[in-house]
Amino acid sequence: MTSIYFRPVFAVMLRYFYLLRGAPARWIPIFAWVAIDIVLWGFITKYLNSVTSSGLNFVPAFLGAVLLFDFFTRVMHGVAGVFLEDVWSRSFLNIFASPLTISQYLLGLVVTSTVTSLISLVVMLVLATAAFGLSFFTYGLMLVPFLLILFMFGISLGICTSAVVLRLGPAAEWLVWPVPAIISPFAGVFYPISILPHWMQCVGKLLPLSYVFEGLRTIISGGTVPAASLIMGGGLAATCVVLACWFFKRVFRHAVQTGILARYSAETLS
Amino acid sequence: MQIIIFVMAFIEGSFNSSQISFYQPKIKPTVLQFVWSNLHDPLVGPGLMAVSFSRAFKNGCPCSMHHVLSIRDLRKAYGDKVAVDRVSFEVGRGEIVGLLGPNGAGKTTTISMILGVLQPDSGSIHLEGMDLAACRAQALAQTNFAAVYAPLPGNLTVRQNLRVFGMLYGVKGLSERINALIRQFDLEKFRNVKCGVLSSGEQTRVALAKAMLNEPRLLLLDEPTASLDPVAAREIRARIRDFAMSGDGGVLWTTHNMVEVQDVCDRVLFLSHGRIMLEGDPKTLPDKHGQRTLEDLFVAVAREPLTEERL
Repeated sequence: MTSIYFRPVFAVMLRYFYLLRGAPARWIPIFAWVAIDIVLWGFITKYLNSVTSSGLNFVPAFLGAVLLFDFFTRVMHGVAGVFLEDVWSRSFLNIFASPLTISQYLLGLVVTSTVTSLISLVVMLVLATAAFGLSFFTYGLMLVPFLLILFMFGISLGICTSAVVLRLGPAAEWLVWPVPAIISPFAGVFYPISILPHWMQCVGKLLPLSYVFEGLRTIISGGTVPAASLIMGGGLAATCVVLACWFFKRVFRHAVQTGILARYSAETLS
Repeated sequence: MQIIIFVMAFIEGSFNSSQISFYQPKIKPTVLQFVWSNLHDPLVGPGLMAVSFSRAFKNGCPCSMHHVLSIRDLRKAYGDKVAVDRVSFEVGRGEIVGLLGPNGAGKTTTISMILGVLQPDSGSIHLEGMDLAACRAQALAQTNFAAVYAPLPGNLTVRQNLRVFGMLYGVKGLSERINALIRQFDLEKFRNVKCGVLSSGEQTRVALAKAMLNEPRLLLLDEPTASLDPVAAREIRARIRDFAMSGDGGVLWTTHNMVEVQDVCDRVLFLSHGRIMLEGDPKTLPDKHGQRTLEDLFVAVAREPLTEERL
């Protein structure tokens, strides 16, 4: 019974790996952008270390933050990217007229994104460690809950933006790509959220990301991350995943009711 | 694994649209439901009902044994425009039914509703006796389709497309099935060619191969021979006839080619302004309505809708 449930999930995954195999250009987002980010920020942190006398090591603070934020971005773009492949190839009719359920489809997007994001993470770790001496042992076991929170929040935003594209039509694709950049000022990726204006701090505290990056800075400064902070971040991320799945399902139902799905390429906002 | 399935089924919102029948308390069939649904089928007697009892329950939903597709009072409106209005018909086993009508008559809307990608405003659709609204995944597993407006992803090869869709439909012995279909539809030399670079006729053959992957009980074909040359179209018609005659499946076929309709279909339904205006044998229907050919009858129905008259 279990294999029957997961077979369509593997089909969604297999479809994307066929595409990866058939078009090397699809590997670029997985390897190239994250590598460029690590190289760029690697040199910036080296430069900052050489010109400041604060004693703060910028490599684990900034480069580590870039690495974790890029991981989150890859997860989010990974989910939305697999969904967009169906938009670009106009496959909705063929896919959703099959026995595939929404939960299987979403799980397929998530599993595919997990694999590609882990590849990105390994590339970033190797590059950051080999070229700039970033050691992830600095963060210790805290890295696991950090990555889990980033992963869950990335999934939720990926599903959420996919739902928006499903609702608004193929022209809304551009909404997917800038989302991580839009939320990064609120999440305190490079600075404590305490320096933000009050209203931005309120938004930041609702983002699971802020708990990860606050925790990262606490560890680097020699402190211990409070368990309550991790639980809060994890709880918010898990809530976001559930809400995103609910939102996608609701948008899908609306698309089936109004005919958006059947006439998707026509971009009718009925 | 079971926990993940349970969580995903929970996210699904209700258990009744999932394939995991052991988590579907809402749709467990009852003997009463089964007997009731078949009592209303005049061609099903107590003997046939008993023989098919175990098979009917294998998917967790009660099934009618005679019709592969049963539609009752289907209605769909887009705002003020009624696209499909109180449409009812059946497709029997081994039967090829032609759905004819002018552009905008409601054919594609009807097919979209049968495929589960468009929700009717009212009415019911039963595939193999399973209510599409209640048992979506199980019902859709019994059907498949090919349509000119739904090409397979052009960036995958023929084999890759068949594998992906075979997995989506849960086809067993998939590799053998793919090889058989590639041979059957003469696609051997295109096996590893991306669908996007195939000619429209070749793409149609791939789409038909995909439509046959799960050996569907109901095959929906929306103008399947529109882009084929006469020789290829004849071959495809022969294969679809074989499909209807050899198994338990039925075919719902839309086309504007009246010669094809007379050649292939056992029964036709004329749809106009969202309503079924005529129904009958395509070989005798023109005579009955004082028309020389089926095409003349089509034009007459399209221009001036007749009084609803189902024969």
